Amino acid sequence: MDQTTARSETQHQSVTFAEGLTLDCGRHLGSLTIAYRTYGKLNAAKSNAILICHALTGDQYVAETNPETGKPGWWEQVVGPGRPVDTEKFFVICTNVLGGCMGTTGPRSQHDEHAGQPWGTDFPPVTINDMVRAQKRFIDHLEIGRLFAVVGGSMGGMQVLAWAALYPGQVFAAVPVAAAAYHSAQNIAFHEIGRQAIAADPDFWGGRYWEHGVTPARGLAVARMTAHITYVSEAALTRKFGRKLQDTARISALGDRFEVESYLQYQGSSFVRRFDANSYLTITRAMDLFDLSADYGGVLPSAFAGTKTRFLLVSFDSDWLFPTEQSRAIARALNHVAANVSFVEIKSDKGHDAFLLDEPDFHRTLRGFLAGCAEHAGLS
Amino acid sequence: MRVDLALIAGMVAPKTRVLDIGCSDGALIDHLFRNLGCDARGLEIDMATVTLAVAHGLPVMQGDADSDLASYPDGAFDYVVLSRTLQAVEKPREVLRQMLRIGTHAIVSFPNFGHWTLRLQMLFTGRMPMTKNWSRMWYETPNIHPCTIRDFFDLCAADGYIVEEWLAADEEGARAPWRRWPALANLFGEQGLFLLRKA
Repeated sequence: MDQTTARSETQHQSVTFAEGLTLDCGRHLGSLTIAYRTYGKLNAAKSNAILICHALTGDQYVAETNPETGKPGWWEQVVGPGRPVDTEKFFVICTNVLGGCMGTTGPRSQHDEHAGQPWGTDFPPVTINDMVRAQKRFIDHLEIGRLFAVVGGSMGGMQVLAWAALYPGQVFAAVPVAAAAYHSAQNIAFHEIGRQAIAADPDFWGGRYWEHGVTPARGLAVARMTAHITYVSEAALTRKFGRKLQDTARISALGDRFEVESYLQYQGSSFVRRFDANSYLTITRAMDLFDLSADYGGVLPSAFAGTKTRFLLVSFDSDWLFPTEQSRAIARALNHVAANVSFVEIKSDKGHDAFLLDEPDFHRTLRGFLAGCAEHAGLS
Repeated sequence: MRVDLALIAGMVAPKTRVLDIGCSDGALIDHLFRNLGCDARGLEIDMATVTLAVAHGLPVMQGDADSDLASYPDGAFDYVVLSRTLQAVEKPREVLRQMLRIGTHAIVSFPNFGHWTLRLQMLFTGRMPMTKNWSRMWYETPNIHPCTIRDFFDLCAADGYIVEEWLAADEEGARAPWRRWPALANLFGEQGLFLLRKA
């Protein structure tokens, strides 16, 4: 039944599926709530739907002011009227991922066995495939037989790949941006620093921080600060901050000294106000577990055998978290099965975050690719 | 569309699967899709050009002939096209072998190093020839494997490829009337264009 769930902070548009969802880990979630936003109009044939998949700390508010932060939608440069994903042509859907904290079932939702309590760290481990199955349940609910496109960056790109592998007949075009077919050891290592920082915060209380009326804000902020460094390039940090001092009059050993330090602290502190620590643990683990080829005997091309989906892979040359070689490996795997694949590496010094920022070449490429696909799909 | 691309398009049957290696802005694959209903895709080494082609809605991926053909399965395409690029790849013989592995037909065009102007320049100056087609000094030319039309016939014979169709063309790509005489084509044709298949 469609409803608007009441949360302490914000109300999110959502739908609840009483049958729940069986997860990769074998456990069953008794009920599944999907929080979502849509933009544009679904046509009569239901053939113009584009699913946007958000990244680790993203949410369903793609193209409108975020009700929790008051900031613009995280992909307003890409999704909206006249934008590359044009909401005047396409019906755009975005759901908060399974395990998230913006209204979809996650560690903050009510525990299946302990009424009146949140799941917290009891929330079962979820995978990228679980997130995609939850989205699929919602797409079925909308009675959309085939998505015109699934588009996403970073962890969103992982979901795009999982969609293409799990439901090849229901994805006409797939656009994984700054993505990879598996999370690398280096990526897992950075995530582990974040998780350890959260666990080490005295306010974490073994994941039951709500019982004490606190949040592990220090730990979560350090997790965000570490992660943020991996999202940008050395060149971008140098360009923005260099070695500039924050306040030359107040140089001290421990206080703010360099501009880059206060910038990172700002990133950390603004993040803890909007994100749940247990969700962060759940979702980073889901990313770490992602290895698309593992479900196909270690042979990546097998994940796409016989696919008719049209792919666009995009990477950014200064992205060292999801480097171009990862996208190229996916492109080659798609070549192995003679799939229809476009692949571009965009020049940018902004690192992994480039996919969220003003990158005209990326936006032109995405717009053109979708226009070409629309022609092949008989949409235009 | 460039005249030489029109000649290539003339060798492609409608509604077939085509891979254009070194597709540049994708003019050929666009033509093959729109006018012949082909499932045509491109591979291009220059990233800025790839971005332009994809922004025009064409299925093009960045990659290069020497290293990326190995990832395609046998018989994935009906035609694999390599226009004016064979002389610039690192291993022309291997590229040709890959083309005829992943495609039932290969369409290859290349500038003819046996053209009379080149021969005369070489004879009279004793230096590497410089023409419109061969316009860069030997130490910076990307054309590291020049060959003549007769050389190319020899390679096809050695590797067991059947020449289904061939022609010589001038610089602009207009068909030159040397169809029956390879020796004359080799002297007067500025480009060679071949349609091959495996024996």
